[in-house]
Amino acid sequence: MAMATTTQAQPGTKPAATLSKQEILRYSRHLIMPEVGMEGQLKLKNAKVLLIGTGGLGAPLGLYLAAAGVGKLGLVDFDVVDFTNLQRQVTFGTSDVGKPKSQAARARLSSLNPDIQIEAIEAQLTSANALDLFKDYDIIVDGTDNFPTRYLVNDACILLGKPNVYGSIFRFEGQVTVFGMADGPCYRCLYPEPPPPGLVPSCAEGGVLGVLPGIVGSIQAMETIKLILGSGDNLIGRLLLFDALGMRFRELKLRKNPKCPMCGSNRTIHKLIDYYEFCGVRGEEAPAPNVQVPEITPRELKTRLDRGDDLFILDVREPHEFQICNLKGHLIPLGELPRRVHELDSSREIVAHCRSGKRSAEAVDFLRKAGFRKVLNLKGGILAWSDEVDPSVPKY
Amino acid sequence: MPVKVIIPTPLRVYAGKRASAEFNAGTVGEALKHLTTEYADLRKHLFTEDGRLRSFVNVYVNDEDIRYLAKENTATKDGDTISIIPSIAGGCCPL
Repeated sequence: MAMATTTQAQPGTKPAATLSKQEILRYSRHLIMPEVGMEGQLKLKNAKVLLIGTGGLGAPLGLYLAAAGVGKLGLVDFDVVDFTNLQRQVTFGTSDVGKPKSQAARARLSSLNPDIQIEAIEAQLTSANALDLFKDYDIIVDGTDNFPTRYLVNDACILLGKPNVYGSIFRFEGQVTVFGMADGPCYRCLYPEPPPPGLVPSCAEGGVLGVLPGIVGSIQAMETIKLILGSGDNLIGRLLLFDALGMRFRELKLRKNPKCPMCGSNRTIHKLIDYYEFCGVRGEEAPAPNVQVPEITPRELKTRLDRGDDLFILDVREPHEFQICNLKGHLIPLGELPRRVHELDSSREIVAHCRSGKRSAEAVDFLRKAGFRKVLNLKGGILAWSDEVDPSVPKY
Repeated sequence: MPVKVIIPTPLRVYAGKRASAEFNAGTVGEALKHLTTEYADLRKHLFTEDGRLRSFVNVYVNDEDIRYLAKENTATKDGDTISIIPSIAGGCCPL
């Protein structure tokens, strides 16, 4: 099935039947391998691969697929390159900060391989545009970072019958598989429902080691190339788990769920839905879920501290974050607050803060329910403090 | 019959930062009960309020999904590995 979809040209366009002299030289290390050869390299040249996300996973994907000579690459990303991306998104250089990711990635990949066609799609993937964007491509590679887009990519691939090369990462762990093949499972077979927002790991457990998306994205690139070549054993029906800290690969069997609402024999989902509603979030940047607590702005806090008011600063971040920068507060990580609440004096006025104000809102909510009356949340956290009061405090 | 339960990274914070734990258990359900008794904070991440395994948490015995075996009643034997595989979206964006 992969062969049919990956090598077919679009109606009206003729597949390339030859390589130029320069291409032969460029791809010579592929051409001298019998597993690729002239035939395989032409398959790569005629293949069209759409990358959803040009970030951590998209970086090695874009670089290796462009270098390998995949004839057409689509790059979907609405985001802009940020300084914090450079630690892992190796497509981008420092001078790309502030530029749209899809455009910056296209420039980098074009300089790597000017013989291929690269379409930069500076847009957010939505239920309204997904089918239209996917239809011109043979293989879709999911390198996104949020649940709504994961389900959207899955469903669009199933509706169009396209392979979905899936990779995801968390701190030191990665997962890779291939969904969307006729004989294999889909994302909904593995995870019928997304986790509710409250049970998604919070920022206290966030972060990722920069090399990890490099490894996971490279495995996705390898799987994509194998699908195009039609050789080897793909990760169809197998979930590859990678533990970078323990440096172990494990493999689990994935089965096609006969009752899957998307790819089962009695499909109940026939069109794309509202995936934000389905996941109960507005993407990864969801605001704190309904925690309304009294707040103090950074400027108000500064004024009151300068005036000598007796305020107790409570920092609810993790110890490793305290080391990055702090407001000389008393450190009790949010997760430890219930059992360390006795360290706090309810007669004093308390200002809780974290990095952005989300965790500290939860802390204030908790303390108020525990009977603390004079407790405020620092609005916007240490980030807003850096912006509005003291720019010498580093942002992270 | 000791079985090893592998705790995935996102849940380690609720399990004393441990990567795995061993219990004497004859079924998957028993092993998970031991685990959530030892680490009570894990319970709400694995089970619903009425005690059913959450739909977005996949549990495997060795490389098999227990949904296709006997679910929580799946028998375990000495040396088996139980893996808890939660869905991860892939992001790394602190909020």
